[in-house]
Amino acid sequence: MKFFTALVAGLLFGYGLLVSGMTNPANVLGFLDVFGAWRPQLAFVMGAAVLTAAPSFWFVRNRRRNLLGAPVELPDRLRIDKPLLFGAAMFGVGWGLSGICPGPGLVLLAGGQGMAYLFMAAVIAGMWLVQIVRNKRGS
Amino acid sequence: MTLLNSPEVLRAIAGGMLIGAGSATLLLLNGRIAGVSGILGNVVQEAIGEQGWRLGFLLGIVLPALILGTGHAELPRSWPLAVAAGLLVGAGTQIGGGCTSGHGVCGLANLSTRSLVATLVFLTSAVLTVFAVRHGGAP
Repeated sequence: MKFFTALVAGLLFGYGLLVSGMTNPANVLGFLDVFGAWRPQLAFVMGAAVLTAAPSFWFVRNRRRNLLGAPVELPDRLRIDKPLLFGAAMFGVGWGLSGICPGPGLVLLAGGQGMAYLFMAAVIAGMWLVQIVRNKRGS
Repeated sequence: MTLLNSPEVLRAIAGGMLIGAGSATLLLLNGRIAGVSGILGNVVQEAIGEQGWRLGFLLGIVLPALILGTGHAELPRSWPLAVAAGLLVGAGTQIGGGCTSGHGVCGLANLSTRSLVATLVFLTSAVLTVFAVRHGGAP
C-alpha cells in the first residue's frame, strides 16, 4: 500500500518534470543565466508546484496527521546553521555546472545516455562520502 | 500576455502543478516529504525502517520517461565536468538537507524559513556559477 501510493506520487512528479521541460539541462541553465538570454520557465515551474502543494502542507501541519490518520512529523522550519548554508551553496555550484538536480537526474537515466549514468553515480558517491564522514564523527 | 501565452510557459505551469500534486500525494497518503535527494540518500544509506515507499517513489519518477522518452536533453559535454558536478550535487544536498524538490518545492510550500534560506543560497550560487562559466572566462 505504501509502495503503491508512493509510486503514484512519483509518477505525477516524474511526469510533471517531463512536461515542465526541466529535464533538459539547457532549460535550467537558461533560467540560471540571468546575465545572458534569461529564460523564466523554471520560476513558473517552481511557483506552480509550491502553490499546488501548499494547501496539503497547511492541512498536514495543522492536523499533524496525513489523510489516512497516521501521525506525521514535518521537518524543522526555523533552524539555519552552517551545514544548511554550506551544503546549499555547494549544491548550487554543482547544479550550475550541470543544469541537473537530483529529480531530473533520475528522469534522465531513462534516456540511456552514458553521461546521465556517470552524473548520477557521482551524485550517489557524493552522498555516500558525506555519510561515511558523518558516521566516523559519530553524529 | 505573449509571455503567459507561450507554450513553453504553459507547459512550465502544467508541469509545476503536476510536481506539486505529486508532492501533495506523497505527503497526504504517505506522510513523507517529496525530497528527491533525501529519499535517494536514505536508499544509499540503507536506512533502518521501510524502504518500500522510497523505491516506489523513485521508480515512479523514472517510469514516465521510460515510456514516453526523455525528449531533447543536453547533458554535460565532458566526463570530468559530469563527475565534479555530480559529486557537488550529492555531497551538497546531503550536507544541506535537501535539493530543489525538498527545500525548493516542499519546504517553500510548508512556509519554512530554513528552506527559503537554502533555496536562496543554492539559487544564488548556481547563478554565480553559470555567470562564471558563460561570461567570466572560466572553463
